[in-house]
Amino acid sequence: MASSFLSSGIIQPLPLRSPDKPQTLFDHLKTTSTFLGSTSKLRSVSLSKPNLPNPHRRSTVVAVSDVLKEKKTKSAASSSQLLITREEGLELYEDMVLGRAFEDMCAQMYYRGKMFGFVHLYNGQEAVSTGFIKLLKKEDCVVSTYRDHVHALSKGVPARAVMSELFGKATGCCRGQGGSMHMFSKEHNVLGGFAFIGEGIPVATGAAFTSKYKREVLKEDCDEVTLAFFGDGTCNNGQFFECLNMASLWKLPIVFVVENNLWAIGMSHLRATSDPEIWKKGPAFGMPGFHVDGMDVLKVREVAKEAIQRARRGEGPTLVECETYRFRGHSLADPDELRDPAEKAHYAARDPLTALKKYIFDNKLASEAELKAIEKKIDEVVEESVEFADASPPPPRSQLLENVFADPKGFGIGPDGSYRCEDPKFTEGTAHV
Amino acid sequence: MALQTNKPLNGRRRGQSKRDQATLQNGVVWTITAPFALYLADQTLRRSSAQVRSEEAKMLGIVSRKVLGQSLGRIRPAVWALRNYSSAEKQMTVRDALNSALDEEMSADPKVFLMGEEVGEYQGAYKISKGLLEKYGPERVLDTPITEAGFTGIGVGAAYYGLKPVVEFMTFNFSMQAIDHIINSAAKSNYMSAGQISVPIVFRGPNGAAAGVGAQHSQCYAAWYGSCPGLKVLSPYSSEDARGLLKAAIRDPDPVIFLENELLYGESFPISAEVLDSSFCLPIGKAKIEREGRDVTITAFSKMVGFALKAADILAKDGISAEIINLRSIRPLDTPTINASVRKTNRLVTVEEGFPQHGVGAEICMAVVEESFGYLDAPVERIAGADVPMPYAANLERMAVPQIEDIVRAAKRACYRSTAMAATA
Repeated sequence: MASSFLSSGIIQPLPLRSPDKPQTLFDHLKTTSTFLGSTSKLRSVSLSKPNLPNPHRRSTVVAVSDVLKEKKTKSAASSSQLLITREEGLELYEDMVLGRAFEDMCAQMYYRGKMFGFVHLYNGQEAVSTGFIKLLKKEDCVVSTYRDHVHALSKGVPARAVMSELFGKATGCCRGQGGSMHMFSKEHNVLGGFAFIGEGIPVATGAAFTSKYKREVLKEDCDEVTLAFFGDGTCNNGQFFECLNMASLWKLPIVFVVENNLWAIGMSHLRATSDPEIWKKGPAFGMPGFHVDGMDVLKVREVAKEAIQRARRGEGPTLVECETYRFRGHSLADPDELRDPAEKAHYAARDPLTALKKYIFDNKLASEAELKAIEKKIDEVVEESVEFADASPPPPRSQLLENVFADPKGFGIGPDGSYRCEDPKFTEGTAHV
Repeated sequence: MALQTNKPLNGRRRGQSKRDQATLQNGVVWTITAPFALYLADQTLRRSSAQVRSEEAKMLGIVSRKVLGQSLGRIRPAVWALRNYSSAEKQMTVRDALNSALDEEMSADPKVFLMGEEVGEYQGAYKISKGLLEKYGPERVLDTPITEAGFTGIGVGAAYYGLKPVVEFMTFNFSMQAIDHIINSAAKSNYMSAGQISVPIVFRGPNGAAAGVGAQHSQCYAAWYGSCPGLKVLSPYSSEDARGLLKAAIRDPDPVIFLENELLYGESFPISAEVLDSSFCLPIGKAKIEREGRDVTITAFSKMVGFALKAADILAKDGISAEIINLRSIRPLDTPTINASVRKTNRLVTVEEGFPQHGVGAEICMAVVEESFGYLDAPVERIAGADVPMPYAANLERMAVPQIEDIVRAAKRACYRSTAMAATA
C-alpha cells in the first residue's frame, strides 16, 4: 500500500494527554500532541534530521509533511488495515466533489453576473470540511466564516438552497436575506456564516457552552459538539485567544479548526504572525494542539475523530491546525497576484480530490466507473441547483421589513391571536405570560 | 406571631410565588427584627391597620423588601423589614427590583443564566445579582474573565443554540469592546437567517453618567443602540419599570439592551402589590405618562424622568402644567403616545443625558415633525448633555449633565415665557 500521500496504511491514534498541570515548554512539546499528525512528536523524535523546519521559509509546511510521510513508513503497525470502508470512501469522495463542483459553478455564475457582492470560494480546502463535518451528527453545530458554502453543503444544507441564497432568491436557505457570507440553517445547525473574522469563534464557544449547560443544568442527554472553522489570519485576533481561554477554563465541547491556507487576502501568514505555528497556541491555554496535513482528507478525518470524541466525552476543547491551501484567490474580486505560482503549483499537485481518488483505486475500494458516476451525479445536482435558483422568484417587496425581530411587539402572540402586550390585562398579576 | 389586620394579609392574588406565600403564612416574623416586630404588634393591637400603615410610612421612611435567597430555614436578622401586611404603599429600591426580577425569571425558566464580571462571588459589581450565586450555583451565575468580546460572543452563541443568557456589562461603556457581537451577531441574526435563528439575549448594565467617574465611564448609549434595527432598547426609571421591563426583556425572544442607571440603583419608589407578582411584566415599546398635563410635553428616560418630574413641580408653581412622558423603551420608540401628547399640549421638550448630536431627542423631534407638525405651537426644545466628553471636576460635571433648571428653562421657552438660554458648555 504505497500511496504516495498517505504512507503506511495505519495511523494509530495514541492516547491524548492534555496538560493539566503547569509544564515546561519542553514537556509541552512532548506531551501535548502525541498524535501522529503533529509536528511536536516530530520534533522530539526526529531531532537528528538536518532539515528542521525553518519557519521563515515558505516551504516549511511542505517540509514537515514530507518528513511526516517518511516517518510513517517506519510505523510498526501492520500495513494492511484500511482507514475507511468503501461506503465511507464514496461518501467522502462525493462530498468533496460536491464542494469542488459547486464552487466552480459559483465562479461561473459570478462571472455571468448572476451572483454578486462578495463570494469567497473554498477550492482546495475541501478535505478539511469533509474530513471534519462528515463525522458529525445532525444536532452538532458548525460555525464558519465567510468562506462557508462548503461547510453548509457538508453539513447537509441542500445545494439548491445554497445556490438560491447566492443568487439572492426567496427560496434560498435564508430567503435571500443573508447572502454568500451568512449561511444559516437551523435545521442542520449551521450557525453562520460571519463576515468578521473571529466573530464566529465566540459564537461557536457559546453553542458549546449551551451543549454543556443542557447536560449539566437542564439534565438533558446531550453530547453535542461544536466545530468552529476559521483561518490563519483569525489566529492573531483577540477573540480567538479569549475563547481558547474560556473554552479550556470551562471544558467546553468544542473543536477549534484552523484552516491555515497561509494567506489572509494578500497578507502572508508568516509576515503577520510572530510564531506561525498555530497549533502551539493550544497548549498555552491548556488544550492539546494538533497540526495535520489538510490536503489529505483521511489524515484530517483521523485527527477529527479524536478531537470530536474528546469533546463528546467532556474532556474539553482541542485546537487543530490544518495545513491547507486555497486554489483561487481570497474572493472572486481578488486578482491574486501576490502568491508565488510555484507555491500554487506545489499545492495543486496535492489536490485532495486526486489524492482520495488515488487512495480509493489503490485500495480497490471502488472502480473508476463508480467514481465517474458520482461525478456525473454531482454535476447534475449542481446544474439542477442553478436551474432551480434561476427559476426562483426574487424576494417580494414585503419581505424587506420581515424578520427584524422574532417578536416585533414583545414576547408573543397570546391565545386569542393578538399581541400579548396589547392585552390590557397584560401587566396584572394574573396575566399568564 | 401573626399580625391581625382587617384586610387579608396578602394583598396579592393567586399566582404569587410559593416563596412569597410561605413567607406570609409563616409570618413576617422571619424577616423582621424582634424589637421592631414587637413594636408592630403592639401598635397594631392598639390601632386600625390604616393608621398603622401611614404612621409607619412616616416613621420608618424608606424600607426595602429583601426578596431572595432566603429559604425559610434561613433566618436573617433583618436588615430590611417586610411590609406585606398592607396592599398599597410598599417601597422598593431599583436594585431590589432588578434583583427580584432576575431571581424570579431564573427560577421560572432553567434556561436563563447570568454571566458577567463579578456577578457571582462578588454579588454583582453594584450588588444587583446579590444572592443569586448562592441560590442557583456557579453553572447559572457565571463569573467571566475580563473579556467582553469573548463572553458576549459566547452569550450570543448560547442564545443561538437555545439558552436565554443575561449578559451583564459592568457599565455599558465596556460594551464597546463587545459591540461587534451585540450588533453583528445578535441584532442582525434574525434578519440574516430569515427568522431561523432568534437570539433571546439580554444585555444589561448601568448606562450614562455616574458621579465623578470621568469621561470613559460616563457615556450614554441609548442613541447608539437605539439606531440599530434588530435590537430592543429599554431604559427603566422606577422600580416598577425596572422589574417589569427586565422580566419582559428576559422573556423576549429578541436581543434586548437594558440600560440601567447607577445613581438610580439606591433610590426607592413606591410600588403596588401587582408589581410584586411574579408574572408582572411591562410591554416593550410602550411609554408611560408619569404626570398628566396640558401645556407642554416633556419626554425623558432613566434618571432624567426624576428631574423632569421635579421640573414639573416648579413649572406648576408658574402655572405651566407639564405632561411628563417616561419613554421606558428607546427602541421601539412609542411615537403614538408622544404624538398624542403633543397634539394635546402643542409643545415638546425632549430631555436626555447623552450627547446632543444624533441623540434620542433628535429622533423624537423628527418623529413629531413627521406626524404632528401642524399641532406644534413652538419649536421643539432639546435638552441633552454637553457636547463634550464628561469632565471630572464636580462643577464641570454638573454643567455637562442636564439639571432641573435647564428643563424648567426649556419648558418656559417652549411656552414663550422666558428668553434666557441655558448656559452652553
